[in-house]
Amino acid sequence: MWTGSLRRLSDGAAAMDDLPVDIRDATVVRNGRCVLRRVTLGVRRGEFVGVIGPNGAGKTTLLMAINGMASLSCGAIRTLGVALPSYLPHRLRRRIGYVAQVERIDPRLPMTVRETVGLGAAGRLGFFRRPSRSDRQKIADALEQTGIAHLAECPIGQLSGGEYQRTAIARVLVQTPDLFLFDEPAASIDPRAQQDILCLIQDIHRATNATTLYVTHDLGTLPEECTRLVLMKDGAIWREGVREAMLQPALLDNLYTTSCANNRGCEPEG
Amino acid sequence: MFFGQEFFWNALLAGLFAGVSCSLVGAFVVTMHLSFLGVCIAHAAFAGALMGVWLGFDPLAGALCYSLAASALVGPLSDRGELSPDASIGIIFSLTIGLAFLFLGLAPGSHTEALSLFWGNILTVSRSDLLLLGGVSAAIVIGMVLFNKEIHATACHRPVATAVGIPATLVFYGMLFATGVTIAVSLRAIGGLLIYCLVINPAASAMQITYRFNRMLAISAFFGAGACWAGLLASYVWDLPAGATIVVVSSLVFAVCTALSPKKKGMSWKRADSAG
Repeated sequence: MWTGSLRRLSDGAAAMDDLPVDIRDATVVRNGRCVLRRVTLGVRRGEFVGVIGPNGAGKTTLLMAINGMASLSCGAIRTLGVALPSYLPHRLRRRIGYVAQVERIDPRLPMTVRETVGLGAAGRLGFFRRPSRSDRQKIADALEQTGIAHLAECPIGQLSGGEYQRTAIARVLVQTPDLFLFDEPAASIDPRAQQDILCLIQDIHRATNATTLYVTHDLGTLPEECTRLVLMKDGAIWREGVREAMLQPALLDNLYTTSCANNRGCEPEG
Repeated sequence: MFFGQEFFWNALLAGLFAGVSCSLVGAFVVTMHLSFLGVCIAHAAFAGALMGVWLGFDPLAGALCYSLAASALVGPLSDRGELSPDASIGIIFSLTIGLAFLFLGLAPGSHTEALSLFWGNILTVSRSDLLLLGGVSAAIVIGMVLFNKEIHATACHRPVATAVGIPATLVFYGMLFATGVTIAVSLRAIGGLLIYCLVINPAASAMQITYRFNRMLAISAFFGAGACWAGLLASYVWDLPAGATIVVVSSLVFAVCTALSPKKKGMSWKRADSAG
């Protein structure tokens, strides 16, 4: 009996170690509408997984659920070995680098680019602690690495879309996370800036080999590093597999064909 | 002369404490674009104080209960997404102003005490009020220093603060609580109809002239205390209600800051930063 329990514990620990993201039958219902439908997905350590699908397919909700920012109606998620929902979700989020889409920021906001990048260290430091000299050096290095050192003292609300995304990437570099979540980081910016952002993301993955989930609806902004693709439609995983197999024109035509048949409320189970 | 009188020095200290604490919480409220929140909590505190007058208990206790209840309702209501922050604040505001007038109508006697809560009277602040105001003001300053990076991150960009592992919801609710307490303890000195001006005006003025949050806090506190003292002086010279002159002075400061703001269109951030 003891041996069996220990073996199960050991197997569980091994699974956690191999699968930084382990989702089983996860369902998210928001305002009576099923936005994530019985999703099961495992992401191995160091893997770069692309999640593609049309708008409203549930891609962002999937990232939010992994990050502990969307409540599950049923199912289970373990992120970096932590079962969600966690009593202290902010402790988990310190280990996750989350980059969202470009958003409009008040141009008068009293926060500079350097301070925004420094937020990456702020979460990890916790209450009462100030950034050390090495943290400040790490912030300066991240600004250099992302090519925005000359904008360090610029107010965050006065950046272009591409510069704003570089700032967000510099922030997660300072955070040194175990898991990267990119939510359409190259959307709504010009093609040149898109390519720069994609190069940065790929360089980061090559350098850190950190587990990465990259969400996009635009196949033109899918990094070459993506070895596995997950195709989402109507809140559910429709197909998944290696990149070459998933990027077949017939599959993509089907994926991006609007389907409202399943886009209705669902009854969460158990 | 008044300068030798205890009430005068009490008024100066009350102005300093109320000016600093209201403008510091105001910096958070203004940066988060929740200016109407100050109005809502001020009217809740006013309604609570009037209930105290009506039922015969300390108006300060009523003001504290109501302002904290309003703070505790606004945050979760807007966070749950069922109502926008504007709508939830507006609904609570209309309820509290209705209750305030209801309690005013129910209060017995000549309504002198109730009306003094409308306008406030900084010249009649008691020593115990002053101690309480000083304690709250010190707590706000210490809290702003200790939790500076969390408050800055939450005020400027709450979703990013949450994503990097700062307990932003806790910080947000904590600041709403601090706003409620500050407004309640400043009510007697400044008045229920005017206090939100002291929360909004100094912070909004400071925001016009700097891109640095910590500078904004310092300038806001300076403007808040300065408006209180200048208002007191004007009140003494022209024999006017002190609460009203304080608000007029803080509004004039805002007008000047807006007119001279380096953030105006066409000015670069480098110029604005060197100015701020």
